[in-house]
Amino acid sequence: MPEPPRAPLRVEFPFTRSLGPVLRAFLTGLRERTVLGVRATDGRVLVPPVEYDPVTADELRELAEVGPTGTVTTWAWNPAPRRGQPLATPFSWVLVRLDGADTALLHALDAPGPEAVRTGLRVRIRWARDRTGAITDIACFEPFDSAPGRPATAHDGVFADPVAEITAPARLDYVHTAGRAQHAHLTALADHRITGERCPSCRKVYVPPRGVCPVCGVATAEQVEVGPRGTVTTYCVVNIKAANLDVEVPYVYAHIALDGADLALHGRIDGIPYDRVRMGLRVEPVWLPGGAHPDHYRPAGEPDAPYDSYRELL
Amino acid sequence: MTRRRHAGDVAIVAFARSEDRPYDEGITEAEMVMPLLREVRERTGLSAADTDFTCSGSSDYLAGRAFSFTMALDGVGAWPPISESHVETDGAWALYEAWVKILTGEADTALVYAYGKPSAGEVRDILSRQLDPYCTAPLWPDRVALAALQARALIDAGHTDEDGLAAIAARGRAGRTGTAGPPGPSPRGEYVVRPLRTGDCPAVRDGAAAVLLAARHRAPDLCERPAWIRGMDHRIEAHGLGVRDLTDSPSTRLAARRAGAFERPVDTAELHAPFTSQEVVLRRALGLGPEVRINPSGGALAADPVMATGLVRIGEAADRIHRGESRRALAHATSGPCLQQNLVAVLERDLEREEESDAP
Repeated sequence: MPEPPRAPLRVEFPFTRSLGPVLRAFLTGLRERTVLGVRATDGRVLVPPVEYDPVTADELRELAEVGPTGTVTTWAWNPAPRRGQPLATPFSWVLVRLDGADTALLHALDAPGPEAVRTGLRVRIRWARDRTGAITDIACFEPFDSAPGRPATAHDGVFADPVAEITAPARLDYVHTAGRAQHAHLTALADHRITGERCPSCRKVYVPPRGVCPVCGVATAEQVEVGPRGTVTTYCVVNIKAANLDVEVPYVYAHIALDGADLALHGRIDGIPYDRVRMGLRVEPVWLPGGAHPDHYRPAGEPDAPYDSYRELL
Repeated sequence: MTRRRHAGDVAIVAFARSEDRPYDEGITEAEMVMPLLREVRERTGLSAADTDFTCSGSSDYLAGRAFSFTMALDGVGAWPPISESHVETDGAWALYEAWVKILTGEADTALVYAYGKPSAGEVRDILSRQLDPYCTAPLWPDRVALAALQARALIDAGHTDEDGLAAIAARGRAGRTGTAGPPGPSPRGEYVVRPLRTGDCPAVRDGAAAVLLAARHRAPDLCERPAWIRGMDHRIEAHGLGVRDLTDSPSTRLAARRAGAFERPVDTAELHAPFTSQEVVLRRALGLGPEVRINPSGGALAADPVMATGLVRIGEAADRIHRGESRRALAHATSGPCLQQNLVAVLERDLEREEESDAP
């Protein structure tokens, strides 16, 4: 069997997240080139800070400012940066314990090569030029000789115009594979034929086929050509125009049981005023040149199908 | 069917995994799962109608579509309506839910399955979306990068070195199923994120697994040598990477203690360690000595069907008991960055019960 058809899909969401009092102060502080931690119940200063104690789950609110310099606690050289990562050229991932902090922050270290990086290396923050109140306001770290030991100092966390929320865009790219059953269905559609598959157990014909009878839980394999004509089992009138859809409203979207199929598929009904479409209407597909599936269905010019002939398919 | 049961009254009676089948990237999730369900049903004679509860594990992020698990349900035969649940993580946690369901007395038998089709997307990018969304996820650190930070910490602490990691990589790829998947990279390979090389990283592939569970009074009829679940527990650590000691896994140790793992020695351990360095962490946390056979299946290094890999570990441990090759085995599953969340199950063969059920 030839390679099944594949199609790319990009899933992209701009997640908007509100901030609690601690993270609001932390991210606003980064915008102002100030790094804040939070004092945990056991007295440690956590950077990045959290709203609740990681051990006791107590609410944490006592902020403390730590230094822009720190020490690498572990590192990992990344020879091939990926999309979205802090630097586009090879860099080292680092956990950095900033001076005055008791825990380490994940970020990138700009260094010429892995030979220049070691655990214990002294580094400092390189601030981004345009800062919005986000972890990426730290562009990266860079090696910087300085003496450690500056303690954390109390901070009230108050800044003018605090950041209320962050927008975190998430984008993921996929390539979907049709699978065996859909592949056969799509191949037939290219010849303007509509095919389904018959369940070997209950004998029902599924269109479009998914390779499985969802009732019996067994594989379907027997190809069955259905239609081309069918019966409207139910329908709705669409009054709101969808984006990127070149169809005038109102129009009718219907469930259509193709002759020989035991499952209704859906399609648009045209060639008849929308208010004359009815259950039982007999229809046939209309293919447009180059179309990968029927563009719509139109009345077939037959008497309506009796209700009992499609009641099981509603 | 309403009496509460005691831990130890539930057994794994069958296991099937797609690594034992020819690799085919061009099939859907339902097409991947279905033959495995048939396999465990045929082996036990347990019909779909006689299965009281069904629970699955998978991830919509991995599949790249919402409610993807409902498509896979096509392969189960969910009509008339079945009692069904789903977890959005590794199928090991689906098995935990099914185990609890049987312990409460609400079910006598359960089907658990899990699947992943990582070939549809970039698993390194996808798994970065599970991280803390404020301070970590915006940097898009991938799971290899985070594991590499952990590996470096281990090396700095003197717990292993690159040669030690390479030895683990070589053993993993020589495992039972290491040759069933696509040809894996050479044992050492190039650095992916230093100090981890291709050989230290899991062989990501599409795959699925299915397990059948049964309560005490059903298990002996379904399986010659049931793998009794002596205990099972799962624990999680703080989400802040810098808060954790990456060289240790206190959550694994705690889960193991609560599962009864330290009461008597185990002869086999199936560890869900996607990276060689994480096996070092787990062995130390569990106190596993050289007398314990680690990952005879090859582990995640041999095949990593993401979201099924943990369930496969439990199934592999059970299967060794089914085959009479183990008396007491530990199975472990993980989720999250750098072994953030860990599940431990202790499985045992019960010779006395097997004799009872053989008696006329």
